[in-house]
Amino acid sequence: MNVDVLSRPAASRPAASRLAIADGDIHPARKKPSDIYPYLEKRWQTHLETFGLRFRHGFQYGPAYPKGQPLACRRDATPPGGGKPGCDLDFLRAQLLDAHNVQLGILNPLSPSGQGFQDTEFSIAFCRAVNDWQVAEWTSREPRLKASVVVPYEDGPAAAAEIDRRAGDKNFAQVLLLSRTAEPLGNRRYWPIYEAAVRAGLPVGVHAFGYGGSAISAGGWPSFYIEEMNGHAQCSQALLTSMVIEGVFERFPDLRLVLIESGFAWLPPLAWRLDKHFLRLRAETPHLRRLPSEYIRDQVWLTTQPVEEPTTRSQLLDSIEWIGWDRLIFATDYPHWDFDDPAHVLPLPIPEARRRAFFFDNAAALYGMAG
Amino acid sequence: MSRHVVAAVADLPPGSRKLVTVKGRPIAIFNIKGEFFGLFNRCPHQGGSLCDGTLTGLLEADEPGQYRYSRQGEILRCPWHGWEFDIRTGQSWCDPERIRTRSYPVQVQAGGHLVEGPYVAETVPVRVEEEYVVVEM
Amino acid sequence: MTALPPGAIDCDVHPTVPGLSALLPHMEDHWRDMVAQRGVHELHSISYPDPSPLTARPDWRGSDGRAATDVEKLRAQALDRFGTGVAICNCLYGVQLLYSEDMAAAYARAVNDWIAREWLDREPRLRASIVVPVQNAELAVQEIERCAADPRFVQVLLLVMGEIPLGRRQHWPIYAAAERHGLPIGIHAGSSYRHPTTPVGWPTYYTEDYVGQAQAFQQQLASLICEGVFAKFPGLRVVLLESGVSWLPAFLWRLDKYWRGLRMEIPWVNRPPSEIVRDQVRLTLQPLDAPPKPEQLQRLLEHLESDRLLLFSTDYPHWQFDGPDVLPDGLSADLAQKILVDNPLATYPRLSESSLTKGVS
Repeated sequence: MNVDVLSRPAASRPAASRLAIADGDIHPARKKPSDIYPYLEKRWQTHLETFGLRFRHGFQYGPAYPKGQPLACRRDATPPGGGKPGCDLDFLRAQLLDAHNVQLGILNPLSPSGQGFQDTEFSIAFCRAVNDWQVAEWTSREPRLKASVVVPYEDGPAAAAEIDRRAGDKNFAQVLLLSRTAEPLGNRRYWPIYEAAVRAGLPVGVHAFGYGGSAISAGGWPSFYIEEMNGHAQCSQALLTSMVIEGVFERFPDLRLVLIESGFAWLPPLAWRLDKHFLRLRAETPHLRRLPSEYIRDQVWLTTQPVEEPTTRSQLLDSIEWIGWDRLIFATDYPHWDFDDPAHVLPLPIPEARRRAFFFDNAAALYGMAG
Repeated sequence: MSRHVVAAVADLPPGSRKLVTVKGRPIAIFNIKGEFFGLFNRCPHQGGSLCDGTLTGLLEADEPGQYRYSRQGEILRCPWHGWEFDIRTGQSWCDPERIRTRSYPVQVQAGGHLVEGPYVAETVPVRVEEEYVVVEM
Repeated sequence: MTALPPGAIDCDVHPTVPGLSALLPHMEDHWRDMVAQRGVHELHSISYPDPSPLTARPDWRGSDGRAATDVEKLRAQALDRFGTGVAICNCLYGVQLLYSEDMAAAYARAVNDWIAREWLDREPRLRASIVVPVQNAELAVQEIERCAADPRFVQVLLLVMGEIPLGRRQHWPIYAAAERHGLPIGIHAGSSYRHPTTPVGWPTYYTEDYVGQAQAFQQQLASLICEGVFAKFPGLRVVLLESGVSWLPAFLWRLDKYWRGLRMEIPWVNRPPSEIVRDQVRLTLQPLDAPPKPEQLQRLLEHLESDRLLLFSTDYPHWQFDGPDVLPDGLSADLAQKILVDNPLATYPRLSESSLTKGVS
C-alpha cells in the first residue's frame, strides 16, 4: 500500500489554534456511579443505592428531554478505555488540552453533581463529595484545570458554608450554579451564595440546565429537545433580569457573574430592553442606583459557546462590539455535541489583541490567573 | 489526478468504514451495502471528523406528526453537531440549494484557515479494482 | 412631528373595559345575573396594573385615572392626534385568565360584542381582534366563526403566556379557523398566569414581569416553528404584538443553528426557521427596545434582513414614547412607508378596500 491507513482520527489538530487558549466550560464525568464513593459517606452511598437520584422531573435515569446525541456528547469523545466521554483525564488531555493548547480549563461538573436533588441533605453531601472528587482526580493531577465549587443552591446557607470551606483553595476558580432554579437567581434566598462568593473572591458561574420545578418556558412545557436547547438563552435572560432588578449587583458590587453555555448575542437587546423599561417603571426599584446596562457592563461575563451563527457571519462582530470584547470567555463545552472548535468558532478578520482577549486574556483576568 | 489503493475490499466489508490518508488528506471510506463512498473527512461546519459520525436514514415529514423514513444507512451525521450529509452526494441535508449558491467571505488567519464555499462535504470518487478499493485524487 | 403618510395603520391600540358593568348588556341572561349573584370581580390583569406608569401615559388618563375607556378618548388622543388612518383594537380584558372554559367563552363573547357596538360602530377608522377563550379550542373556534362574519374583525387575539405552548396541536383548530378566514393570529404580551412568568420561576418585581414578556415571545415563536404550525398552515400569518423587536436576530441565529443539527427531531421543518419567520411572522413596532445610538439601530435593522417584518403601532395608551414621537429616529422614508402602510396592508387582508365596503351583519 502506498498510503497511511489509520484506524481512528489523530487527536492533533492543525496549527490553527496554537495560540494558548482558555476554555471556560469543560465537563468531567465519572465512569460509574460508585466512583463517587471514596468521597461520599456510607449513609449516602446506601441512600443512592436504595432510592436512586430524584430531580424535579419524572425520570429515574436520564434527562426530562431525551438528547440529540447519546449523553449529549460528541461521538468521537468516548475514551479508548471505555466509559463516558469526559471520564478519562489522559484522553481529555490529548483530545482537548494538548490538541487545542488549553492552558486554563474550567471544570463544570454536571449531573449528577448534587445540584437540584429533591432531597436537600443528600444534595449538600453530594456536592461536597463532587468538590473533593474534582480536586483528588482532576486538578491535583493536571495544573491546567481548575475546579468549580458545586453548591446545593436551593439551601442558601448550606451553599455558603460549602463556599467558605473551599475559600482560599487554589484548586477552585469559581462557584457553580445552574440556570433553572426554584426561583429566579436574583431572589433573596440565593443571596448568601453571592455573599460567600464575594468573601472568597470567587466569580459565580451559572451554567444552563437544572430543574427548578417550573415549566421550562413561561407558556408551559415545550415538546421538543430543540426547544429546550434554544430555551437556555431565554432562561439566562430571565435569571440575569432577576439578578439586575432584585439588586444583586447593587448589593454586591464586587460580585462577578459568568453565564455559561447560553450563547451571547441575546445580551445587547436584553440590556436595551431592561434600560428602557427600568426607567419607565423606576418607582418600583429605588434600591437600584445605576442603569441595568451599567451593572451588566461591569459585572457580567459570558462564555461563548454555543456561538450564534448568523448567515452573514460578520454580523456577529456587531454583537460582540455591543457587548464588549472584554466580556467574552471562549468555551468548548467539551465533550458535548454542540462543541465549538477554537479553530472555527470565529472565521472572521479580528485584530490580534481582540483574538487574545477572546481566547485567553479575559478568562485569565476573570479567574485571577493573569500572568 | 492519480489513483491510490487505500484498502483491500476484504478489509472493508459492508457496513464498515475506514479512515485513510491520501496525498496528505484524510478521507473517510464507507461500504454501504457493497457500494463504496468517500468523503473528505472534515465537516464543512466546524471540521468534525466525519468518519466518526453515525449512519442513519433520512427522516422526512410532509406534515407535523407524520414521519417518512427512507434510505436507511445512507445519511451520515457529523459526530459533533449532528449535521446530516447524503453519503452519495456529500450534500448537507438541511439546506443544500440555498447554501450552495451563497458565497462566504474567505479570510486567512495567522496559522488558521476557514471553511469556504457551500456546506457540502467534499466527496471523493472511489472504485473497486479487482480486490482493491481505489481512490482517485 | 412629521405628519404620517395617509393611510398609516396603527396595529396595536387598547380599548379598555371600564368595568364589568359595561359588559353586562352584552351578556346572556344567566351570565349577567351571576355577576351580581356571585360578586364576580373585575378581570383586570396584573400584566398591566391600572395605575402603573407603563399602563397609561399620564396625559392620556382621565380624571378618574383611567385611559382609553371610551371611543371619544381614543379618537382624539390617538387617531386624530397621530393622524393614523386605521387602528386595530386589541382588548386585554383578562378573559383568558379564567379557569372555567364556559365562563371564559361567555365573557369573550361579551367583550367582542362590546367592542363592535361601542367602538367599531362608532368610529369607522377602527378594526379589532377577536378575543377568544384559548382555554378550549372548540369554544375559541366557535367565537372566531361568529365574529368573522363581521369584516371589521381582522385578527384573532391570544396572549403570549398561557397554559400550553402555542405551537402545540391542542391549539391547531384555532389556527385552522383563522387561516380559513384570512385572519392573522395576533399574540399579545400578557399572561394567563398558569405558570410563573419566567422560565426560571416567579419574579419579584413587575419590572421583571414586563421585561420577561420578550423571553416568552421568543419561546412561543420557537414553539410555533418547531411544532410545524407554519408548515401545517402555510396561509397563516402570526403577528407578535408589543413583543419587543431587537431580540429577533439573535434568536433566529441561535434557532437556525440548532435546527441544522437537530432537524431530525422536527422533520416537518424543512427550511431554516429564519426563512419561516420572514415569510409568516410580523412584529409591531412598539416597544422597539432599540439601542441607544442611531448607527447601532441601523445595524440592528440590517440584522433583521427584511424590511417586511415590522408593523407600525403606538401601543396606545401604554406609555412607550413621549409627545407625538410615534416613530424612532433614523428610519429611512422608504422603510417608514413600509412599516406604516405597506406591511400592515400585506399582513391583514381584511384591511383592503373591498372588505371596508362590505356590510356588517
